[in-house]
Amino acid sequence: MSATHGLTIAVPRGALFDGTVDLLAALGLDTDELRENDRKLLFEDIGVITMRPSDVPTYVEAGAADLGVTGKDVLLEQAAQRPGEGGRDVYELLDLGFGRCTMVMASKDGPDPAVERLRRLGVMRVATKYPRIAARHLEETGRQGEIVEVKGSVELAPLTGMVDAIVDLTATGTTLRENNLVVREEIVVCTARLIANPVAHKLKAAQIDALLEQLRGLVAASAS
Amino acid sequence: MIHPIPSGTRDVLPQETGEVRAITDTLRTAFDRHGYGEIYTPALEYESVLARADMAEAQPAYRVFDESGAVLALRSDMTAPIARVVATRYASSEPPLRFCYFAHCYRGVRPQRGQLRELLQAGIELIGSPAPEGTAEALTVLCRSLDAVGLKDYRVGMGDASLFPALMASLQVREPVRLGLLQALARRDFVELGRLLHDAGLAGDAAELLIDVPQRRGGAELLADAPDPAVEAVTGMRRVYELLDADVAARVIFDFGLVRNIGYYTGAVFEVYDPALGAPIGGGGRYDELLGRFGRSLPAVGFALDVDQLHQALAGEERGTGLALAGSADGAPGAVR
Repeated sequence: MSATHGLTIAVPRGALFDGTVDLLAALGLDTDELRENDRKLLFEDIGVITMRPSDVPTYVEAGAADLGVTGKDVLLEQAAQRPGEGGRDVYELLDLGFGRCTMVMASKDGPDPAVERLRRLGVMRVATKYPRIAARHLEETGRQGEIVEVKGSVELAPLTGMVDAIVDLTATGTTLRENNLVVREEIVVCTARLIANPVAHKLKAAQIDALLEQLRGLVAASAS
Repeated sequence: MIHPIPSGTRDVLPQETGEVRAITDTLRTAFDRHGYGEIYTPALEYESVLARADMAEAQPAYRVFDESGAVLALRSDMTAPIARVVATRYASSEPPLRFCYFAHCYRGVRPQRGQLRELLQAGIELIGSPAPEGTAEALTVLCRSLDAVGLKDYRVGMGDASLFPALMASLQVREPVRLGLLQALARRDFVELGRLLHDAGLAGDAAELLIDVPQRRGGAELLADAPDPAVEAVTGMRRVYELLDADVAARVIFDFGLVRNIGYYTGAVFEVYDPALGAPIGGGGRYDELLGRFGRSLPAVGFALDVDQLHQALAGEERGTGLALAGSADGAPGAVR
């Protein structure tokens, strides 16, 4: 039996990749090829598939992977956060602790244009790659907002005057500072999470629990 | 030419109808053999009547007005309509009563993987037969029916809707915190569950139990060492389990964290899984208080299968590919222990 107990794990490429692969390596998985070959997607012999982080819940929900690692930001955006809400149906098993970022609302330095706009017009315009998180945050804080979804650099939107504020993920705040933006509100702290397919969680309970136990130990050790 | 149909609905053409019909015919024969009579009820009901059942997440989503201004709703399941039928047309009949149905139900889900807004359900209701005998009978009919349609690798997860609430009550979790914990558990968001416990100032053994117990899943060995507050629910599960024939018992996996998203469940709850499908095929449980809300207090139990999901699972097993799950060796009953 391999180090992953015969389970298939969806591993995110990008910012969370190194942290995830380090964990897998600590479990005793041979991750050399995974690290070296960034074009290959399917590593059948070690039970790993790689994809962009926002696709991880999709593959896990469908059962194409039993487990997956992705950011809480992705889960907040895609998974149902309240009963009755539609969304990716996956189980969130463990906070892996790494990949720590903050979802923030930011606007141009100086007097906050969003506050000004809200006072005069009652509505603020917000650009974001996370429309559901942004809409939920505005709703929960009792403000009317118009959400402008962008795919590329969100920082551009307030600089051109298209919007009053942005909702985005930041690790160090460097990009925001370089674009003359300041954090106005911290919405939520996001870390990497281990998620599971609901059916796999039942039918492969023993394997998943064994892996979970090892991961808990590793996460606790790195936290202390 | 394109004339659209509403999102979450679909047309079923002859080849598929033939395959679906073969499944429902087989199910009907199996239900009939166990003494369950098929009934029809109207797809439209008075909203105020359906509202007597606590549907929680499966609330009727579509409403229309009739010519006199009364609000009608499209049924979101068959359990509430059958409860109405029992309270009215069978008001003085000697229980137990056995019904089966094949009916379209309507829900306001966001159409995505396999989730339709108009879904075809096949199921049974056993009215007036308490736990554990009634529950064991429902599980037996469930497994015999799935065997009859030829589904091979399915398993039935069983839990108890009263387990986690009993746990919270005995550990003196404050009332306002309980709903949040239940909602986190319903999503199986164990990270959120831990965070809520921490925020509520629960620590040590109590928090450990509340996070550990709902993660326990497995075979009958789970029943041996249940924590004290869960003993009643777990004893209930054991009584049901002891009544099951060996082939049915072999299909059961216990899941102490199983919560169905419909409010009326009171005791045992179950869900059907198949490795060829990433989502449950159906489920059910005990609803001992629902009939009382319609005026005839009787214990009851039932299950509903999503016929389209069942069809997909059968097709997946046939292909032998399916999902990440299907490639593993633990598809055979008894292996996941």
